[in-house]
Amino acid sequence: MTSTSEPSANGTALLRTDKLTRHFRIGNALSQQTLHAVDEVSLTIGEREIVALAGESGSGKSTIARLLAKIYKPTSGETYFQGKPLSGFKSRKDRLRYSGLAPMVFQDPFASINPVFRVSHGVLRGLKLHRPELSRDERYAEAQRVFEVVGLTPADEVLQRFPHELSGGQRQRVGFAQALAMRPKLILADEPVSMLDVSIRVGLLNMMAELRDSQGVSILYITHDLASARYVADRLIVMYAGRVAESGPAEEVLANPRHPYTQLLLSAAPDPRAPLGVGAETDRGEPPKVINPTPGCRFRWRCPLAIDKCHQVTPELSQMTPGHQAACHVAEEGAEVKAFG
Amino acid sequence: MSSVPAKQEPAEDTAGAPPGSMLDVTDLSVTYAADRGPVVAVDQVSLQVDPGEFLGIVGESGCGKSTLLFAIAQLLAPPAAITGGQVSFKGRSMVGLTDRQLAAVRWKDLSVVMQSAMNALNPVRPIRAQFADAMRAHGVRSKTEIADRSAEVLRMVGIDPTHLRSYPHQLSGGMRQRAMIAMAMLFTPDLVIMDEPTSALDVVAQRSLMVQIKELQQQLHFAVIFVTHDMSLISHFSDRLMVMYAGQVAEFGATRELFNRALHPYTVGLMDAFPSIRGPRRELTGIPGSPPNLAAPPPGCRFEPRCPKAMERCAATQPELYQVDETLVRCLLHEDGTAEEKTA
Repeated sequence: MTSTSEPSANGTALLRTDKLTRHFRIGNALSQQTLHAVDEVSLTIGEREIVALAGESGSGKSTIARLLAKIYKPTSGETYFQGKPLSGFKSRKDRLRYSGLAPMVFQDPFASINPVFRVSHGVLRGLKLHRPELSRDERYAEAQRVFEVVGLTPADEVLQRFPHELSGGQRQRVGFAQALAMRPKLILADEPVSMLDVSIRVGLLNMMAELRDSQGVSILYITHDLASARYVADRLIVMYAGRVAESGPAEEVLANPRHPYTQLLLSAAPDPRAPLGVGAETDRGEPPKVINPTPGCRFRWRCPLAIDKCHQVTPELSQMTPGHQAACHVAEEGAEVKAFG
Repeated sequence: MSSVPAKQEPAEDTAGAPPGSMLDVTDLSVTYAADRGPVVAVDQVSLQVDPGEFLGIVGESGCGKSTLLFAIAQLLAPPAAITGGQVSFKGRSMVGLTDRQLAAVRWKDLSVVMQSAMNALNPVRPIRAQFADAMRAHGVRSKTEIADRSAEVLRMVGIDPTHLRSYPHQLSGGMRQRAMIAMAMLFTPDLVIMDEPTSALDVVAQRSLMVQIKELQQQLHFAVIFVTHDMSLISHFSDRLMVMYAGQVAEFGATRELFNRALHPYTVGLMDAFPSIRGPRRELTGIPGSPPNLAAPPPGCRFEPRCPKAMERCAATQPELYQVDETLVRCLLHEDGTAEEKTA
């Protein structure tokens, strides 16, 4: 299998996964079933790059974030961070170091900050743990610095507030500030804006782009909103049912989607600038079935273009144009793919 | 699935419909009695809904849109209370009805679909028991009638009736929301009030649910009031659109008109807040700042502190709703009733 994507043009691979797989066992002693949350995903994140990971609920996006954060252990496959395998980070020191280099930002800004402490608490504790060389005053100065970087000003005052005194957008910025304090190379952001009002999402997306440009971090941006992926991401990876369906430069994938699933996602994205009228094909939008899957394309049940081969052979990613790959038998044969929209 | 043609012309006479509309809300105000003094969450809102109409209400969190819905459906609980105005539904005043009188109206003539189906459905009872409860409450006794109607409404929203035996946790998020909508259809009400029913869903499920609602509406001719913070979502579905800001109506008019020519700077800001999937990629700014504290609203225009076009007098003068063609807009730029922006 080819790697999911070329390392970005502007740097070498910061993180690379090789056939990363995670299964969950479900059911009881009588009916053992396996849920294939993530299957053989190979992806690359370059230096100073925002990679969007898009897909529906249940497509395995969050599982990938957790695998990369070492919250889950992979069933098989390996992740390499700066060339070193994650499974090698075993000692407390190594794991701590890695979690500082690749911290996570969570979806729900209301549940991810401890409500009984001032917001400075989380940042200062992270600093104490991950950068023990700093003195008390240096920690506070660093907390002020990261709060200013994420746009929480005046930092001195905001640090003293309690989470309930902040809006959802501000809390999510606190999440990014906490991650940033550890001088990360990669921030794993799991749907960081989907709980926020539309009017403040853009501010956060702009902040993410700013972090990439000024702080040099890479961001894995998990989302189901292709429009925001297009706005902020350099590259886009579309997942379906635990597998990569399509990947490539964000603009290229969205302008010229080759996988029917990407086309479905695109057709579902609301676009008020399009002429009024509801005409596009839609489907029921049921989540993919990933319990004991049989070989074959996992999208075949929803795909209007499915051919016989799709029911027997699982499609592998193949190159469409340089850097742009799709896992679709129909697209592979060079046929024009026009499934939705 | 068949495609849905664009809805026919919106009801003429947008905001100034004569009394006798199906739902007639006049100068409705809702106040929360807070420790630090009363907070007016809905401030003199008037709207009319005609039979079969789809009215969208958009605004940010905390602008009073859910409170307005709750006030219309008479679901407010202390410390919130209606402190002024009238809600008249099918010619009958809803304010001050007793619970018993309201029970007769609920589900039958007016039903509400809540934001989170996860919390609105009872987790320890199967779907059919919850449907049966609603039907029995309105005097349907026959078991076969209940079973038949339950299966029928589930089929209408595209769920296999075998799921009547399912518990809510056995359904996906999209199916739970559909089941809620099916329940709202049990008696084919005249008005269905929806409070962000799609906000917990991802794009594909969201889109298909919206199309479904629109199809049902065209089949059964009920009116919908749909609240959301995502303007792009209802752009293709609603007939009229009301933009709320800080408890007040900021702009109110035909959806098509608003999208083509937004007048209020807040509406313009909302429309510029989401990135587009097509067309050139451009820098967006969103709306800086956050909505005002309603316990102490700004003395002049409530949007003035965040408004890119604020003039000097905006800080002191409270704008009224001015009529520009068929649209109502609360902005001093349009005080003279034209779409042209007045210069300071």
